[in-house]
Amino acid sequence: MNYPNRKFEKELIVKSSTDNLAQIRDFIKQAADDCGCSEETAGKIVLAVDEACTNIIKHAYKFSPEGKICCNIKFDNTKFLVSITDDGLHFDPNNVPEPDIVEYYKQKKVGGLGIYLIKKLMDEVEYSTKSGNKNEVVLVKYLTR
Amino acid sequence: MADFNVNLRGIGSVSVIDVKGYLDAHTAPELESVFNKLIDEKNFKVVVNFDNLKYISSAGLGVFMAYVETMRENQGDIKFSNMKESVYNIFDLLGFPILYEFYKEENDAITKFNEQGKP
Repeated sequence: MNYPNRKFEKELIVKSSTDNLAQIRDFIKQAADDCGCSEETAGKIVLAVDEACTNIIKHAYKFSPEGKICCNIKFDNTKFLVSITDDGLHFDPNNVPEPDIVEYYKQKKVGGLGIYLIKKLMDEVEYSTKSGNKNEVVLVKYLTR
Repeated sequence: MADFNVNLRGIGSVSVIDVKGYLDAHTAPELESVFNKLIDEKNFKVVVNFDNLKYISSAGLGVFMAYVETMRENQGDIKFSNMKESVYNIFDLLGFPILYEFYKEENDAITKFNEQGKP
């Protein structure tokens, strides 16, 4: 596979509105295409970032559209890293149990699927709290040749 | 702005929802309002045709989870048809095939409803 740009960094900052999810997806897709990602891998990264940003809008900012979401992409050789930061409420995804579709059905429970999807779609996922009370989630995908 | 469109058709006693474009946390409420309308009108047999759906996130999948039991409690169901592989893979990752019926063609799903309706 041909990787046209072997190393770059890009950033997108948007307000915490679900209206901006399409813009975030376009930003990620374009960067993934620039790396020579396959359609399938690009689709996985795009969905994982959408899920992470949707969680920030829902849980960190409680649907207030005035918050800030920063998506920073670092691509180096075969490592595609997306760091997503917000200034909202701290949210610990480790407290969210893995969903069981049958249990969900019985309990009429909806939600919690995003975190599980992110783990399934990406190679590495790490949540942390940074200085200045920022939350960060780092998503990594290794592109295979 | 996400490009999403939802259309509702009636075929006999079955309601067909055509979804088109991008179904995410921003556009999922449009789909929810269609399900609310169906429940208000007591139409519980639903086929969702995914032929023109390009993208789905968990917010979209959550809509089907939220409404399926109401449909089943009223002798109906939510069945899926015409799904692209890339979209099906997301449903599959979350285990949906255990609880939902997927059909290649819309007609197959409608036929299944009609067969179930016979004594």
